[in-house]
Amino acid sequence: MNSALHDLRLYAEPRTPWPGAELALEVEHLSHSYGARKALNDVSFRAGAATFTVLLGLNGAGKSTLFALITRLFNAQAGGIHIFGHELRRQPGEALRRLGVVFQARTLDLDLSVWQNLLYHAALHGMSGREARERAGRVLAQVSLGSRAQEKARNLSGGQMRRVEIARALLHGPKLLLLDEPTVGLDIEARADIVRHVRRLVASEGLSVLWATHLIDEVADSDHAVVLHNGVVRAQGRVSAIVAAAGAQDIGGAFHLLTQGAAGGEVGE
Amino acid sequence: MSMAHPSAVVNSRQGFSLAQYLTCGRGIVWREALRFLHQRERFVSALVRPLVWLFIFAAGFRQSLGIAIIPPYETYIPYEVYIVPGLLAMIQLFNGMQSSLSMVYDRETGSMRTLLVSPFPRWFLLSSKLVAGTLVSILQVYAFLAIAWFWEVEPPLTGYFTVLPALVLSGLMFGALGMLLSSLIKQLENFAGIMNFVIFPMFFASSALYPLWQVQQASLPLFRICWLNPFTHAAELIRFALYGKLDPLSLAVVLGCTAVFMAGAIGAYDPARGLIALRRGPGGNG
Ligand SMILES: Nc1ncnc2c1ncn2[C@@H]1O[C@H](COP(=O)(O)OP(=O)(O)OP(=O)(O)O)[C@@H](O)[C@H]1O
Ligand SMILES: [Mg+2]
Repeated sequence: MNSALHDLRLYAEPRTPWPGAELALEVEHLSHSYGARKALNDVSFRAGAATFTVLLGLNGAGKSTLFALITRLFNAQAGGIHIFGHELRRQPGEALRRLGVVFQARTLDLDLSVWQNLLYHAALHGMSGREARERAGRVLAQVSLGSRAQEKARNLSGGQMRRVEIARALLHGPKLLLLDEPTVGLDIEARADIVRHVRRLVASEGLSVLWATHLIDEVADSDHAVVLHNGVVRAQGRVSAIVAAAGAQDIGGAFHLLTQGAAGGEVGE
Repeated sequence: MSMAHPSAVVNSRQGFSLAQYLTCGRGIVWREALRFLHQRERFVSALVRPLVWLFIFAAGFRQSLGIAIIPPYETYIPYEVYIVPGLLAMIQLFNGMQSSLSMVYDRETGSMRTLLVSPFPRWFLLSSKLVAGTLVSILQVYAFLAIAWFWEVEPPLTGYFTVLPALVLSGLMFGALGMLLSSLIKQLENFAGIMNFVIFPMFFASSALYPLWQVQQASLPLFRICWLNPFTHAAELIRFALYGKLDPLSLAVVLGCTAVFMAGAIGAYDPARGLIALRRGPGGNG
């Protein structure tokens, strides 16, 4: 059963983006269950430094669970995670200080101003005074919201809040940025705006990005992708390689092929 | 398996300096204080609740309930004076439940996640959060005491200072209790549940409204329950401290409970235990 898919996993599995490349994130044999429900099943993948990696999966695929584990909200029941070589369990501080996160749910403090939200985050990373203010000013200007700094977060639009969250995630200078469905609920323009901004950071500042989404149009051919379905990695590698291995026209077709038929059950491994 | 991680060695400085710890802790307290200032309704309702007890309940019972001279009091006292320490403890209990539970269930969903993804050790983050909540509860307590003063609840002036350490301890105890509950209890999804199952029982089955010896005369089992209730000991610790005295037993119980609740809360939020994973927790999917 599912032999075609099984083959595909082998095809598209050059695990390291390129030989000798620095790894931003390394996830190995990660499994996690909520009670009897298996949310992640032996998930392994790598994301190279200065790379835009898309984590592609439908609702319930396990994307947010994976993010919860990478951000150490709780430990995985099995498997390991390295962030720039730091094992998350043994060196949580070293791993987390290299990590910036935009969660799926909005997490700005609505009662505080944008600026206060940023300074609070800076403090949570041990930054204060001039250093914190300079960095906050810079990241806010990057997302073109410098003029809204003193406003309450509550007064921002959804897209603006997302941009502030991205600015906040970058405030402490992380090397790896995780974003969990950052464009959900935004209009086309705001979406494009955010995708463009984050891609620019990868190109110009060498940031590593793991971008979780179910929206095919956010994937570019040159990206790396990890296709997650029902807690199992169904394919990973360069998008063009995944498309070719799946025998599809484009990533949309490949995603469709990879995520159909296996609902509820596990893919034969 | 990846064995060698050369980048681990070349990477920048490790760990945090003491100054950075201070920055982080101060930031957590600062945010809590800002939220407190911005949420005036919360402040007002935190004050109205005990004031209703003081103005209405206590005034009504003033005639029917005489309080004999019991330590720490040295004279006959009106009932209003008797219930004030219990009301101070109630303010702190409410605050502890509210700040911890709102972290998880209310609008604040997700703020716990923002906090926990900080690279500082988790015990430090949670302790800072507790200290912050305690400071806010102490502000509320002093505001209440100021109003109560006009209602002729006038402890000795030095009492306003000597009560402070007691307030710190009981504030930490209730904050830690709230944090523990927020991580453990899956059924009590809202504040009403906490009111019914935690706040009311703790408040009523305590020495807040009647001296324990009166309870003992009325019902021995109830007396035992009151005596085992940590709230009783927080209220007594505050009562004695307000008159410049120390109740060693209460101090021991409050210290012990604070340690146990805090260890429990930190343990419950330990990523290895994964307790928060068991429910749709802080900001997972909104
Ligand atoms: N706290 C929880 N308790 C029980 N089951 C959970 C919990 N969180 C997630 N799950 C289950 O784990 C699976 C993976 O969920 P997860 O939220 O990780 O998916 P996702 O890819 O982020 O989905 P979405 O696109 O809808 O955000 C789902 O079947 C979900 O029902
Ligand atoms: Mg999700």
